[in-house]
Amino acid sequence: MTSQTKQTEMLSGAAMVIRALADEGVEYLYGYPGGAVLHIYDALFQQSKVKHVLVRHEQAATHMADAYARATGKAGVVLVTSGPGATNAVTGIATAYMDSIPMVVLTGQVMSHLIGDDAFQETDMLGISRPICKHNMSVRRPEDIPAIIKKAFYIAQSGRPGPVVIDIPKDMTIPSQTFPYHYPSEVKLRSYQPKLKGHSGQIKKAITALLAAKKPILYAGGGVIMGGASDELTELAQLLNLPVTNTLMGLGCYPASDKQFIGMLGMHGSYEANQTMHHADLILAVGARFDDRVTNNTKKFCPDATIIHIDIDPASISKTINAHIPIVGLVKPVLSEMLELLQQKKKKLDSAALKKWWQQIDEWRAVHGGRYDSDSPLLKPQYVIEQVSKITKGNAFICSDVGQHQMYAAQYYGFNKPNRWINSGGLGTMGFGLPAAMGVKLNFPDDDVVCVTGEGSIQMNIQELSTCKQYGLGVKIINLNNGYLGMVKQWQDMNYESRYASSYMDSLPDFVKLAEAYGHVGIRVTEPEQLMPALERAFALKDQLVFLDIHIDPKEHVYPMQIPGGAMNEMFLSKTERT
Amino acid sequence: MRHIISVLLENESGALARLVGLFAQRGYNIDSLTVAPTEDATLSRLTLVTHGNDQVIEQITKQLHKLIEVVKLTDLNDAPHLERELMLVKVKASGAQRDEVKRCADIFRGQIIDVTASTYTVQLVGTSDKLDAFIQALTGTPILEVVRSGVSGIARGEKTLAL
Ligand SMILES: Cc1ncc(C[n+]2csc(CCOP(=O)(O)OP(=O)(O)O)c2C)c(N)n1
Ligand SMILES: [Mg+2]
Repeated sequence: MTSQTKQTEMLSGAAMVIRALADEGVEYLYGYPGGAVLHIYDALFQQSKVKHVLVRHEQAATHMADAYARATGKAGVVLVTSGPGATNAVTGIATAYMDSIPMVVLTGQVMSHLIGDDAFQETDMLGISRPICKHNMSVRRPEDIPAIIKKAFYIAQSGRPGPVVIDIPKDMTIPSQTFPYHYPSEVKLRSYQPKLKGHSGQIKKAITALLAAKKPILYAGGGVIMGGASDELTELAQLLNLPVTNTLMGLGCYPASDKQFIGMLGMHGSYEANQTMHHADLILAVGARFDDRVTNNTKKFCPDATIIHIDIDPASISKTINAHIPIVGLVKPVLSEMLELLQQKKKKLDSAALKKWWQQIDEWRAVHGGRYDSDSPLLKPQYVIEQVSKITKGNAFICSDVGQHQMYAAQYYGFNKPNRWINSGGLGTMGFGLPAAMGVKLNFPDDDVVCVTGEGSIQMNIQELSTCKQYGLGVKIINLNNGYLGMVKQWQDMNYESRYASSYMDSLPDFVKLAEAYGHVGIRVTEPEQLMPALERAFALKDQLVFLDIHIDPKEHVYPMQIPGGAMNEMFLSKTERT
Repeated sequence: MRHIISVLLENESGALARLVGLFAQRGYNIDSLTVAPTEDATLSRLTLVTHGNDQVIEQITKQLHKLIEVVKLTDLNDAPHLERELMLVKVKASGAQRDEVKRCADIFRGQIIDVTASTYTVQLVGTSDKLDAFIQALTGTPILEVVRSGVSGIARGEKTLAL
């Protein structure tokens, strides 16, 4: 073969943006055009590698990209214009940031020489986004674009992942000005070198502590999912017969149908998970961050536990709860190293003690065990979720909005695989569900993709029903319609003597007609016996978006619920019972 | 407890805003902050004085580390170190006060660097405590203006904060 030096291509800044995305392997770009990004849109139009999805509101573009990342582990990419385009994206950037989701957001900016002049559609997006993204950068010279984009992907996807914003002044993308294009194959930053492997000494210490435990629990969070370590975690748990609890973000990292799974923990965690955690003598925390929605009152948190904490982010360790054995590193290699050591040692935990511990856990299981009033003549939301799980065989992507429906989905679906439970845990963004389901469906067209929502949340991005039509996104919307901002109402029932200040939604639209107006199928379900036939019909319509408006018991509350100010294991179990 | 944290930061636009923003967002204190480029023009050196309990200081150093542009940092309190602050004080100095201020400045090894018929401007370098003490010592002398640079710090001995 003749060695031939490849001629350097000359590209405009606009073309470089799109080419760099193509070279990064990006298939879809979610966005909305406007003055500051028109050069980039024109470059997009002139190629076919990177496909653009036109949303109806920039917030939806960010949630689509975010959900793609949650389902695949790879950064989703967003393109919006300056000013209002960028500010509309803010909620989505913050949502991704709070849940450590990799994302690259390209925002247009006014021409460099106008910056600071309060020019038309100028906002200081670097300033606005600074506290809600992992990093942000602006383009100063068009020829830097490839390196900046490479750096953005690297930062977004490595270490503790997160969104990265690139602000691009319009004059960086002028079509007539071309520069040599070269996409770097890697980046090295002297100031950013995330740790990969855990400290071996600490890992050994952790093993010793773990093997000495009599009442252990494995507490696993979203870091296991984003870290792609579900297999290692499952193997470790099964090797040692540990009870496993998941955070809201961690659901699916350990199979829910396995007997060692004791449910989600925390504010709306299972009775058995919160009891087991509270009484444990050893907590193995993996990719979780002792969030306030988990610990309840930190002063009363798990008084007897030795805590091993594995996390990629040292700042998450000993932030709210002191860790006795901290291990900083990617969860996957750390768990692998632990497994190797355990297999060499061939040691297990004290089996008599563990047996006793499991007996105790099974007793707790029998107390509440996820029960709800299944004899009610009204449709119960928990029942709806159970039926959705049945019809999708527990294999669907469940993209949730925020409220009571989110908790029912988390508690009753039963996630057996990672990356299938897609919800805004950290920020709790109403309006996340539908765009998230769209982002997943576009990339997994053959899978069942469900949006579990409420009549409040769905209206926060309802306009995206139009985008669904344009791109043929056959999402199934399960609208658990209780006529109330249910989670707000629940707090008002419990703390404000049922004074429903602005939690009743008057004048709701006819969701069936609304779905039809957008060109989709709508089905209303008001009686329990209508549910299964409606679900069957909806899931049989493979490629169609079906909006199921399901009228549920408006009085239902989510239980268990931790009692504010109490320990992990202090809970309300129903409207009349508490621990 | 008071801590002096030294940081090497990429000398890039936005880096300082990010660092200062972190303190505001997370409710940490900044008692003083000095920043300037180093002999290597790509790096800025910061000295940050803050206070808080051990847990807060641990969080501050960890959160600073997380900022992409922070190259290295050290808590100077972990080892013997030097700290210096520069202060300029303009005082009213007329009649008998002129001698009094001069004497006081001498005792503190300060210098009078500007003189008018009714004022002196004193320059003083030292630890923050020493500068505080000087101000205390000026009882009876009307202070017109005080300008302090904030603390600059460096480790004693062979220990360095460098690339
Ligand atoms: C954007 C946004 N605004 C306000 C809230 C506060 N909030 C949390 S849950 C909730 C009610 C959600 O109502 P709905 O979607 O009908 O769900 P339900 O609780 O009834 O199942 C509200 C208002 C939020 N999480 N997000
Ligand atoms: Mg509702």
